[in-house]
Amino acid sequence: MRPTDLTIAEGLAALERRELSALEWTRACLEAIERLNPRLNAFITVTAEQAIAAARASDARRARGEAGPLEGVPLAIKDLFCTEGVRTTAASRMLEGFVPPYESTVTAQLKRDGAVFLGKANLDEFAMGSSNLTSAFGGVENPWKRADAPELRLVPGGSSGGSAAAVAARLAPGATGTDTGGSIRQPAAFCGIAGIKPTYGRCSRYGIVAFASSLDQAGPFARTVEDCAILLRSMSGHDPKDSTSADRPVPDFRAAVSRGVKGLRIGVPREYRVEGMPAEIEALWRQGLAWLRDAGAEIVEISLPHTRHALPTYYVVAPAEASSNLARYDGVRYGLRVAQQGDHLRALYEATRAEGFGREVQRRILIGTYVLSAGYYDAYYLKAQKVRALIARDFAEAWKTVDAIVTPTAPSAAFAEGEKQDDPVAMYLNDIFTVTANLAGLPGISVPAGLDAKGLPLGLQVIGRPFDEEGVLAVGGAIERAAGFRAAPEVRA
Amino acid sequence: MSLDQATVRRVAALARIRLSDADLPRVQGELNAILGWIEQLQAVDTEGVEPMAGGAPEGAAPMPMREDVVTEGGIADLILANAPDREGDYFAVPKVVE
Repeated sequence: MRPTDLTIAEGLAALERRELSALEWTRACLEAIERLNPRLNAFITVTAEQAIAAARASDARRARGEAGPLEGVPLAIKDLFCTEGVRTTAASRMLEGFVPPYESTVTAQLKRDGAVFLGKANLDEFAMGSSNLTSAFGGVENPWKRADAPELRLVPGGSSGGSAAAVAARLAPGATGTDTGGSIRQPAAFCGIAGIKPTYGRCSRYGIVAFASSLDQAGPFARTVEDCAILLRSMSGHDPKDSTSADRPVPDFRAAVSRGVKGLRIGVPREYRVEGMPAEIEALWRQGLAWLRDAGAEIVEISLPHTRHALPTYYVVAPAEASSNLARYDGVRYGLRVAQQGDHLRALYEATRAEGFGREVQRRILIGTYVLSAGYYDAYYLKAQKVRALIARDFAEAWKTVDAIVTPTAPSAAFAEGEKQDDPVAMYLNDIFTVTANLAGLPGISVPAGLDAKGLPLGLQVIGRPFDEEGVLAVGGAIERAAGFRAAPEVRA
Repeated sequence: MSLDQATVRRVAALARIRLSDADLPRVQGELNAILGWIEQLQAVDTEGVEPMAGGAPEGAAPMPMREDVVTEGGIADLILANAPDREGDYFAVPKVVE
């Protein structure tokens, strides 16, 4: 088997048996990146030299008997995580020239456990988007092709589009992402891989470029549910540097993947049957529920009555928090500065922010500024926070009767570049099934479950109780085993 | 409700984003489309509902307090390394006072 085809679990086993070295695995990934990244644009920065050095150091640690849980596993890092000494862009011109003097907690923990970083993956600018097309470094090509139009460039989803495309195309066996409204789960579905957003507070946000602080969570991408569990364990845990980080033990997530669903009650929210959803997605959803029933679960219809208000709530809360978080980009302390000779400070701010931020980011800052402004705060922001409480309450009610909830991940398969771009609201509808878990702070996974008639992957989402990633992984694992998804994209190493 | 051009200008000024006359109609149209869609929230009955301020799910522990002390200090050079302009140990900016 070629190293680029290995899952993380397989690779770790091969390293353990000395059938593979970290250096060989890393080199295979770097060669694949060199060959395919000019086309896919999944990486903004490739750190080949550092990766080779890190792989050698990893092999040395293993030889000394000091192997960590991720010893020698090559990973792509979403370019929203600050990495010490390696430029971090958030896919924005605004951070031009920025080299963080510190490491994010999540990436520090991955390194602590022996992971090797291949480079920084492309994303929507400041993680705002569902297509990766808002990146200042250009879009990412989805490695999957539509059977009826193989020449079309499809989007990988977003915002973590580079991470998802890299894992799907076998440029890396795993990657980090962040998910504010669906930014891990939707690209995972579009690219035919698995991705989990854990409970809010499970992973530290320290050192992750902030978008909407009450919604942002880090999580992993991989080609299997088990690999996601392996990565999530290293990424999780309490961090005093993030006051919202949860001080609770990190379970053995990997053990949960195979524990089965016998006796579990699986909720099916009737409000998720939205108008205009393709019949294939509806059929796959029913198929997924049938698999779980066959595996011993009980399927229960439930109601989450405030579901239809989730997206507009999100598009008040997230831009409000973004307008506050992105106020720090002022052209003074780091990143881009745009100023004419003789400009005063205010002109410097306004010119820097006009040129540094792309259109979608500006749009969200303006919406956020408006909904927080004097006279409108109560009508928009406070109102949205109250509706958010109702959405969270819907889930709290549901957990009285069910153990997990299963839905489609996205309302469509991957779309082509250029589609949905003229209408911001149409683009926002991509997150219709994923955004509720962010608003309620709940864990959610997307698992590849089948292909549509055009040969594109579709995902199913599992949402769980607060801090019950194990339950989410157990249900996700059961879907994965039943689906037996083996398809691979056209463009791959 | 719909934003007029003066309000769009005022919001852009509050956000410290320069907005050209040429871009104003486009931005106005986009913001109004989004706000028009958000407007549906007004129909939700939220009487007596406490607003959800943070992201922590139900049952999560309250946020801890920490001592109000310097945690990392004395690293001016490290911090200034990314500055677009500096003078000594300070960030440099254009003239602020006439």
